[in-house]
This record gives sequence, C-alpha cells and structure tokens, in this order.
Amino acid sequence: MSETTPLRLEVKSVSKRYPSVVANDDVNLLVAPGEIHAVLGENGAGKSTLMKIIYGAVKPDTGEVLFNGKPTHVRNPQEARALGISMVFQHFSLFETVTVAENIWLGLDKSFTLDAVRQKAAQKAKEYGLDVEVDRPVHSLSVGERQRVEIVRALLTDPKVLILDEPTSVLTPQAVRVLFVTLRKLAATGCSILYISHKLDEIRELCTNCTVLRGGKVTGHVDPRDESNASLSRLMIGAEPPKLQHREVNTGAVGMTVHGLSIRAEDQFGVTLDNIAFAVRAGEIVGVAGVSGNGQQELLAALSGESVRAPSGSIKLFGNDISRRNPRVRRAGGLHFVPEERLGRGAVPTMALAANTLLSRAADVVGKGALGWVSPKATASLAGVIIKDFNVKAGGPDAAAKSLSGGNLQKFIVGREIGAKPKVLIVAQPTWGVDVGAAAQIRGALLKLRDEGCALLVVSEELDELFEICDRMHVIAKGRLSPSVKTSEATVEKIGEWMSGLWQTPGVIAAAAQQATGAQHA
Amino acid sequence: MLKLEARPQPSKFWGIGSPLLALVFTVIIGVAIFMLMGKDPVKGLLVFFWEPIKSGYALSELAVKATPLAIIALGLAVCFRSNVWNIGAEGQFVLGAITAGGVALLADASTGPWIIPLILLAGVLGGMFWAAIAALLRDRFNANEILVTLMLVYVADLVLSYLVYGPWKDPNGFNFPQTKTFEKATQIPKLFAGTRINIGLLIALFGVAGMWIYMFRTYGGFQLQVGGLAPAAARYAGFSSRRALWTALLVSGGAAGLAGALEVAGPIGQLTPYVPAGYGFAAIIVAFVGRLNPIGIVFSAILMSMFYIGGELAQSRLGLPKSLTGVFQGLLLFTLLACDTLIAYRVVWKSGSIKSGAK
Repeated sequence: MSETTPLRLEVKSVSKRYPSVVANDDVNLLVAPGEIHAVLGENGAGKSTLMKIIYGAVKPDTGEVLFNGKPTHVRNPQEARALGISMVFQHFSLFETVTVAENIWLGLDKSFTLDAVRQKAAQKAKEYGLDVEVDRPVHSLSVGERQRVEIVRALLTDPKVLILDEPTSVLTPQAVRVLFVTLRKLAATGCSILYISHKLDEIRELCTNCTVLRGGKVTGHVDPRDESNASLSRLMIGAEPPKLQHREVNTGAVGMTVHGLSIRAEDQFGVTLDNIAFAVRAGEIVGVAGVSGNGQQELLAALSGESVRAPSGSIKLFGNDISRRNPRVRRAGGLHFVPEERLGRGAVPTMALAANTLLSRAADVVGKGALGWVSPKATASLAGVIIKDFNVKAGGPDAAAKSLSGGNLQKFIVGREIGAKPKVLIVAQPTWGVDVGAAAQIRGALLKLRDEGCALLVVSEELDELFEICDRMHVIAKGRLSPSVKTSEATVEKIGEWMSGLWQTPGVIAAAAQQATGAQHA
Repeated sequence: MLKLEARPQPSKFWGIGSPLLALVFTVIIGVAIFMLMGKDPVKGLLVFFWEPIKSGYALSELAVKATPLAIIALGLAVCFRSNVWNIGAEGQFVLGAITAGGVALLADASTGPWIIPLILLAGVLGGMFWAAIAALLRDRFNANEILVTLMLVYVADLVLSYLVYGPWKDPNGFNFPQTKTFEKATQIPKLFAGTRINIGLLIALFGVAGMWIYMFRTYGGFQLQVGGLAPAAARYAGFSSRRALWTALLVSGGAAGLAGALEVAGPIGQLTPYVPAGYGFAAIIVAFVGRLNPIGIVFSAILMSMFYIGGELAQSRLGLPKSLTGVFQGLLLFTLLACDTLIAYRVVWKSGSIKSGAK
C-alpha cells in the first residue's frame, strides 16, 4: 500500500455487542483504492455486522471508520450511498409489490424519472451481463433474480466502495466468470470491492487481500492467492471440514418417476414446465442444476404437492400416481421435502422447534384419536432428538425457529426430514447461505441417507455442491429438463452450457450440436 | 434521548405486562377526560372500576355482560389466529338471535324444557349460516372476508328490523316493534336465584377450556395456527387453507350465534330492534386485549363488561353520555397496541450523539 494515497476505507478497532452476542470485537480492516478485498468467515462470525457498520445501517459501540483517510460517521445508508458506499445484501431489501425498475428508483436520487431509471438499469444490466427484466414485479422473481436486481441497483450509484454479500451463490459458472470480469473492471476504475463469501476457490481466484473473521474477532489477514483452501478453512473455522466419502453407487428400485410433466405458468412471470421426465432410484442422488427462475420453483411445488396442477399420471411414487395428491399423502408414501425457504415455509418462524416438528412429522407425534391429540412432551422429545443428532445450536426444543441462525435452522429442517426415514427425499438448495461446517455436515447426512437406500433429488444453484454429492445430474432451463449425465462424465463447462438450454437430445443431435457450437462462439 | 432497541427475544414479561400497562394509561387518560368534563375524577373512576364489583349482585351483572363477550371473543380468537378476519361477529350474533328467537316463538304453554337445546342449536346454526356466506364468497370468488362480514352486519340488522316490524310483531303489543315475550319454558336456566346469571356462563367457561385444548393441544388447532402464521409453511405441510377458512368462520360464526341465542332467550326474553348491543364489535377488542388466548379473554371480557356497566352508571349517576363506554373501549385497544411495542422492543436512554472514535 502506497504511503501517499490514503486508504479508501479503514476500520479501526470497531466493536459491537448485541444483548446476547458480541458481533464484532476490536475489528480492524484496511482497504486500498481499487482493491478486491475478501471478508471470510462462517455464518455468525460477524461479517454482516461489520458490513452494516461500514454501510451505516448499524452503529458501532466503539471504534471508528475512516473513509479516504478522514474519520467518517455514517449515520444511515443514504449517507453511505452519498459517500459512494454501496451494498448488495444477502437478504434482499426489495419491495415485493412493485417492479424491478421502481425498486431501483426508490434507492436513487429523486431527480431521475422512472423512465430514465428503467433505461439506465437495463443498460447497466446488459453491460455486466446480468439478465434482469426491469418491468417485472419483484414478487414474481426467484431468489437468484432478486439478487441480480440488487447488484444492478448497487452498480447504478457508481460506487467507490461496493460491498457484495455472497454474490455468486445463484449464478451459473459462466455468469460468475462474467461477474468476476466486471468486478475486476470495476476495481480497475478505482472502486474498492469488499467481497463477503465463504467460497474459498472464488476468493483465492478473485481477491488480492483477505480478512478472516471468527467469533467476531479477526483471526487472520492474508493474501488469498498464497493460501490453500485448507489453510483458509483453518483460519475460518479453526479446523478443516471433514472430507466427504464418495463411492460407486448401488442403485435399487425406482423411487420416483416423472413423465410428461407439463404445467402452464400460473401468471405471465411464472415458468411453464415443458414435458419434464426423469426418474430417481433408491441409492442414488440425482441433481438438478440450473440458474434460478428456470422452473425450479414450479417443478418443486409440483413434486412436493404444494401445487397439484400436474397432469394425472405424470408423477409416480413407487408406481402410485401422486400427481394430484396433497403433501400429506405423499409424505405417508415416503416422500419428504426440504424447501428452499427455511423461515415461513420449512418452519413457522414464531413457533418453537418442538411445534415445528408437526409440519412434517405429525405421523410420529400426533395421537390417533379423531381430535388428533398433540402431546407437548412428544413434540419436545422429537425436537430434542433432531437437535442432538444434527448438532443444532439452539436454545432447546422451546426455542422459536426464527431465533436460530440460517445454518442451524437448515440443519434442523434437514434433520427433521431425514429423521422421518424417507424413501424419497427432495432437497432444494441444501446449503444456501449455510456456513462451511454446517454445509459439510448436511452434505454428509445426504450421502449417508443415499447409502442407506434412499432416493434423493437435489435441486441446487450451486454447481460445486452438485458435483460433490450427486451421482447423476440434470439441468433445468426455461422449464425444460435436460437428459441426465453421470457426474463422473460431466464437466462444469458442459453443465454451464446446458444451463442456457442447449443440450443434445437424441434425434436432433446434429442440430443441437450446431447450436451449441454457435452459442460457444457467441 | 429515548430510543427503541429491538430485543433478541420477545419479552414474556411484557406479553402480560402490556395489557396491564395499557389499563393504567387508560385510567390516566380517563381521569383527564372526567376532569375536562368537569366531573370529579374519583367519582368517575369509582363508577367504572368499583361500582361493578362492589356487591354480589353487581358481580352477577358483570358476569351477565361478560358471558356473551367471552363466547364471541373465543370464536374470534380462533378465527384471527387462522389469519381470517371476521369482523362481523355482530351480524352473526344478530342472526343467531333471530333463529333462536324463531324457535322460541314456536313454543307454547305446553312446551317442555327440551326446547332449550333446540334454541341454542338454532342460534349456533344461524350464526354459522351468516359466516358461511362470507366463507363461500371468499372460497369461490376470493371476496375479502373483512368487507363481506362487516356488510352482513347491516343486512342482519335489517332482517331483524323487518321481522319485528313485520311478520313477527306481537299482535297484542300495541304496535311496538317487538315479538311477544317468549314462553317461560324457553327461558335459559338460571344458575343462581335472584340474579340474571344463566348457564351461558358455564358454556363460556367450557368454551375457554375447549378452545385452549383445541388450539394448543390438537393437530387441527395447530393446522389453523400455521395457516395464520405462515401460509407457505401450511402449504408445505399440506394443510388445507380452504378447510382453515371454513373452520375459522364457522367456529366464530357459531360462537357469535350461540351468544345471540343466550341473550334473547336469557336476559332479553323477546326479539326487539335493540338486540344488537355492540357485543360483536366489542368482542374484537376483547379478543385482542386477551392476546387471542382463552384465559386472557376471560379477564378482558370482564374488563370490557365493567366498561359497559360503568358507562351506563356514568349516564345515570354523573349525567355523562353513554358513548363514554365506547371511548374507554377504544382507549384500551389504542393504548394496548402502543404498549405492545414493548414486547419486541426495549426503551433505552441514549445520549444525543456518539463521538466517532470514542473508545
């Protein structure tokens, strides 16, 4: 770092304590202009709090923040944006009822007209290869699409410091490449980038500096290019994550077959499922890759029974047609489901963990009588077993679901479904926003379940994860499902290409091949 | 500078403390109102908070008014916990009163006490029918149940008026808009001689136990609550939102209708245009002040009943307008909603500005 140019951002001995936890304890952070600086740490390590302090959303108890060498007291995000500090949050702050463009407009200088904002946003999105339709209402967007909106919104303010919180989790490998190119381009213009992530490969590839947090304290300040994944992991969690066992599969009976599953979109922004077909056998994990918003939500709702619009006979569970049965009937047949959203779908936020077992484990705890007697003892002991077996950090069976961190709640939900001894388990985004330790544990549990003879379908937007645990992979694009490919024969490039909807189907191989080559050159 | 700071966990203490603090604020504002109106605030408070409990008879009257409030509020609590917004319990109460009154009018001098279960059943069915209209419109056409239930209140009032001014008018009633006084056999049995307390009180207490068991100890009640708290989780679990809608509206409608039947066949004894006393609306406040919890509803129903009686006494003793009852009801709800902030937040004292760099 040069002596003459002041640091773009300097955080000096910042501490912030919350009633129950010290989120930041004497944290220091130095960021030079044009630097891509990683902030690495597990969930709950204090990364988000630190970023919110820089962004003015949280006030530190002690310590100070210097911007361009001058002590700055950023009181709120508006002031931060005025200074040139922009942030893309992990949990999106978008208004669901209005369109993408209107959301972007809300965060900008009021001198622009909506129309100007629409054009600027569309242009910016194109410039950075981010696929965003500016006139869609936000409620119809998937998680991945919402994140893209947030990125575009941040870029529109021409930031001097851009904070990105786990930005790549929902992008295709190609899109990640494009994003990295743009981030480097942005950095070259002098904008400093704070890159919060737990993806070690990405950090080592992209970042030139890395500050590691653990338990609210800085545990290391390194150049990630000189580090290995293992050494970074050690700094982050104090130990290396356990290695996963991968072995050849012994598949058994067909658990779930889907054939001719076509469902028209419910509204203009939904995705129409087009003749989807696949099968999952006992003892294998089948992955579904794809960029979010390509029909994953619709497919999962049809498979779980949350939507019963599937044509008769299109979904079979051990030969029984379940396409129009509700989730409880499917569960009774051995089909369990871990949804993408934990709070509000996989669990009732305000209810205790004990009560939340009733969502999917009623068969184990509800009395047989007509009234359906619920014994608090039974639910609490079931929740206790899940907490113990899956090492969930929670206040106990009485803790409200929303009091758990994302990773711990996910462990609880996965544990709840696995504990039901499912014959077929569908998991959406098993480790989205989950820290490395918990993610490894969840993946290990899924592999163990497979080895015990369960048929698993994993829908994920994280390719690394699918490559790690799946035996076969499909790709979903624009409501169509690709043929499957063995993970051992798949490459990131090929899957990434398929994510654009270009795969070879028997009969039209030639045409598809031509298209695919065309796309590669494009 | 006072600041609100989010609590890590909602406070259990303020869950109970908030209604009590709200009551304190209501009393303080009440004192100010009495003073503004030139009345002795001590006398005013005595009328509202001492007179209704000072004697056995006063207590019995308190119970008479609290009973319908509690019964209706119990049904509404089930409904509100399911995220179904039935604010037309008043209309279901009136319809229950009409159907119960219709059955009571069939009785003659030779009728035995077997008619009483029929009267109560008719009341329940009448209230359910009125709520079912809203359920059907919501289910089939996605009509907003808040508006439909509210508007049906006025329809129910008009149906009552039509009947007492028209076909059901007592031929020997000097053309007053009222039905004949019901036969003695239809009279809801009293619990204590010399008071107006009847078996409605027992029904209300059974209702409290019943609702508690249903909501907190049965799978059906759990399904309703999940539907209210997290609709996506209910879909995920496979709980039917249609069933929750129908259950919520039929239970609350039935409860309101039952309260209507107990009123007309109990303290009132005939149908008049004055059957609607606002219990259905007051019960909304009762349900919320009672935290949608059956035990809480018992206490809030008693409190609301004190306001009713206090309002009447304030009119006769102090010459204050009867609408003071409504003012007190509104004040209580208003201060409660304000005090509920303390459940999720704590008030902290912070000096005006934090110097950056302070260690």
